[in-house]
Amino acid sequence: MMGKLTWDAIPFDQPIPFVVSIVVVLGVVAILAFTFFKGWWPYLWREWITSVDHKRIGIMYALLAFVMLLRGFSDAIMMRSQQALAAGDAQGYLPPDHYNQIFSAHGTIMIFFVAMPFVIGLMNFVVPLQLGVRDVAFPVLNSVSFWLTCSGALLINLSLFIGVFARTGWLVYPPLSELAFSPDVGVDYYLWALQISGAGTLMTGINFTTTILKLRAPGMGYGRMPIFCWTALSSNLLIVAAFPILTATLAMLLLDRYLGFHFFTNDGGGNAMMYINLIWAWGHPEVYILVLPAFGIYSEVIATFSGKPLFGYRSMIVATLGICVLSFMVWLHHFFTMGAGADVNAFFGVMTMVIAVPTGVKVFNWLFTLYGGRVRFTTPLLWSLGFICTFVIGGMTGVLLAIPPADFVLHNSLFLVAHFHNVIIGGVLFGAFAGYTYWFPKAFGFTLDERWGKAAFWCWLIGFYLAFMPLYVLGLMGATRRMQHYSDVGWQPLMLVAMVGALFILAGIGCLALQLWVSIRGRAFRRDLTGDPWNGRTLEWSTASPPPPWNFAALPQVEGTDAYWGMKLIARQERARAAGEPSRWQAIHMPKNSAVGVVMAFFTTFGGFALIWHIWWLAIVGAIGVIITALTQAWRVETEVEIPAEQIAAFERSRPQGAIRGEIA
Amino acid sequence: MSLGTLATPYEDDVPISERGPASIDVTAGFGFWLFLLSDVVLFSALFAAYAVLANRTAGGPDGLHLFNRPYVLLETACLLFSSFTCGLMALAFGRRSAPATYLWAAVTFVLGACFLGLELSEFTRMIGEGAGPTRSAFLSAFFTLVGTHGLHVTTGLAWLVAMMAQVATLGFRPVVIRRLLCYSLFWHALDIVWIGVFTIVYLGPSHV
Repeated sequence: MMGKLTWDAIPFDQPIPFVVSIVVVLGVVAILAFTFFKGWWPYLWREWITSVDHKRIGIMYALLAFVMLLRGFSDAIMMRSQQALAAGDAQGYLPPDHYNQIFSAHGTIMIFFVAMPFVIGLMNFVVPLQLGVRDVAFPVLNSVSFWLTCSGALLINLSLFIGVFARTGWLVYPPLSELAFSPDVGVDYYLWALQISGAGTLMTGINFTTTILKLRAPGMGYGRMPIFCWTALSSNLLIVAAFPILTATLAMLLLDRYLGFHFFTNDGGGNAMMYINLIWAWGHPEVYILVLPAFGIYSEVIATFSGKPLFGYRSMIVATLGICVLSFMVWLHHFFTMGAGADVNAFFGVMTMVIAVPTGVKVFNWLFTLYGGRVRFTTPLLWSLGFICTFVIGGMTGVLLAIPPADFVLHNSLFLVAHFHNVIIGGVLFGAFAGYTYWFPKAFGFTLDERWGKAAFWCWLIGFYLAFMPLYVLGLMGATRRMQHYSDVGWQPLMLVAMVGALFILAGIGCLALQLWVSIRGRAFRRDLTGDPWNGRTLEWSTASPPPPWNFAALPQVEGTDAYWGMKLIARQERARAAGEPSRWQAIHMPKNSAVGVVMAFFTTFGGFALIWHIWWLAIVGAIGVIITALTQAWRVETEVEIPAEQIAAFERSRPQGAIRGEIA
Repeated sequence: MSLGTLATPYEDDVPISERGPASIDVTAGFGFWLFLLSDVVLFSALFAAYAVLANRTAGGPDGLHLFNRPYVLLETACLLFSSFTCGLMALAFGRRSAPATYLWAAVTFVLGACFLGLELSEFTRMIGEGAGPTRSAFLSAFFTLVGTHGLHVTTGLAWLVAMMAQVATLGFRPVVIRRLLCYSLFWHALDIVWIGVFTIVYLGPSHV
């Protein structure tokens, strides 16, 4: 009846997971109870959970990313403290069995449920606004994507309370992840959570590629799209081309584990190295799926706060698409030690180094944008400057690792760990924070506190260097990754420095939380009435903050790059006058809310849980639920709601007259 | 979703990329093409796995002794002919003729079901001979690749039934026409994948 699920799955005997489970469950119950007694549930259901508005979905993605960041960081600080303690005779406080779950969960959560939702959330919020349109191509599908991502995140976190998580590392390499060596449910949690959220990500890729290629305001040709839209396009093209490989690869591992197939097993002719090739054929493009949109954010932020058009707009597009193509030609550099031979390794080494060329083009473009600009050192710009310095270091160590003989020494060492945290924290996460601070006033109508924002930036920057520069050195000294314990006490001082770095990052997270708290409390004084708090250059700044559900009362007519900058120069008075003429506005059709996303995620969560625990009847119920939900949506005929012209005219009249700032030097 | 109509029709000298948002008819088809491309990538991963494992028989039977080519040719004929009748169905719903649409959909369904039946009986025979997917890596890859295609055909048959129910209840409204067009794209794409399967899996072993 309940498959493999018994009371033994609850970690009564392990104090850390058990106490954490109790605290988290109590926290969730408390939040649910609080919102229920406040009477917020109908509001949340109507305005958020069933919303198909790309802005709301974007905000929910970012919220998911922040919550998961806390979970992923808890894992990180446990690892750092364990390694700070467990030298020589000391064993630390985490048994190997638990430690292995922690580093596996840390990587999985940080990549799939922090970096991905953050980047996809920012794309959701910004791309339609920058393109000058009212929504993405498939709004209901967008909601389904989000809720499937949540479903996957929920399953990953359930493994903390019920059963165990994988002990295999974040990419569950076979043969260790095969049933013979990982007989419990840990790997199954990983596989089903990623299959469900991966389906959501693929839909996002299709949705945004269609949106960017087919839905742009009149006049916005490809040569006029903001750079963030170009990088989002590249990222989504990579999702469409790479995520099916992940789905197929994980499906093969599932077949090995559930039905006794022999894709990657040691016996029966299986080939574990095939898994590693396939997973990195997805995994390397994934790196660029994350970092390209971050590059786009830096481009927007640096241009805005330098008061200049982006230097080398066209070379930036060429560099972005160059990286997009090259990202599929370097996967083997993740395992030079496979022994493919000198020729193959040399090819992949050279291709990897070639990627440094378009990336270098980008760095110089950002520097030349800053050069001669009237630079305003706001928080988003600080994140961008911190990124440029940090990412260049990460890029250079990447080129070092791309030299196959050097990689044979550094493979699976802490040098590698330092390198990829260098590019992911310094590249993706700093970009996400820059974008969060930059677009927050657009999303909520008030700016974030600059003092706490800058404090957060410095804590993160110092914390990053303290936490990861020692790991480069330790890697060169021979320390491997994923150590629960090490015998060379000579490594301990550097491990302690890394621990202090993690505490600085903890302080940085605290500053981010305080920044949000202080800003919300003081929001009455921080209102952005103009819709354009930074003197921006792209179309999102021409709307109100927050924008109305329809984004644009009339679609803007785009005349060149930096569309809003041009509009500000030409059309201030004209637009302000036109806003007062009711006859100008037409009724707008917007998609209706839909519960299909959240209902489908409900069934996939139960279905996924059932598959993990071999509760076959529940898995069948879940599958039938998904099919019925899809069919119900297919028979929904009234999918749009009309917003009358009077409502739009009233909204436009209510905007302050100085809605377009004119003081541009 | 409507994104509003353009105030004035554009002159021909405005580049197509600057003419504003495309209609839902364009975006729906375009999005579905992207989905099909992603599906082809999924199959390409399975093809790659098959290519790697094709000779890893672990002392078990190999393709040359297992496959019955005339039988598979019959299977192929069913599927390819169903693509032709699916095309006739597209002509029928293009004319908004419900009876002709039902007729050709029914023929397509029967041919697709024949394909599936032949495939399943081939699978049953192989498993009966001890050549199931757990026997060797080669057979794992074979059953996964061919089975995934079969799963797509099964989905296609279910989708076809759902579409006929949509035609019956909702009529030929624009959303139903869009879905019918997507359906026919899907069905033709399965043919293209099958031609890859037939060539690489079933015709391949003689060249080894």
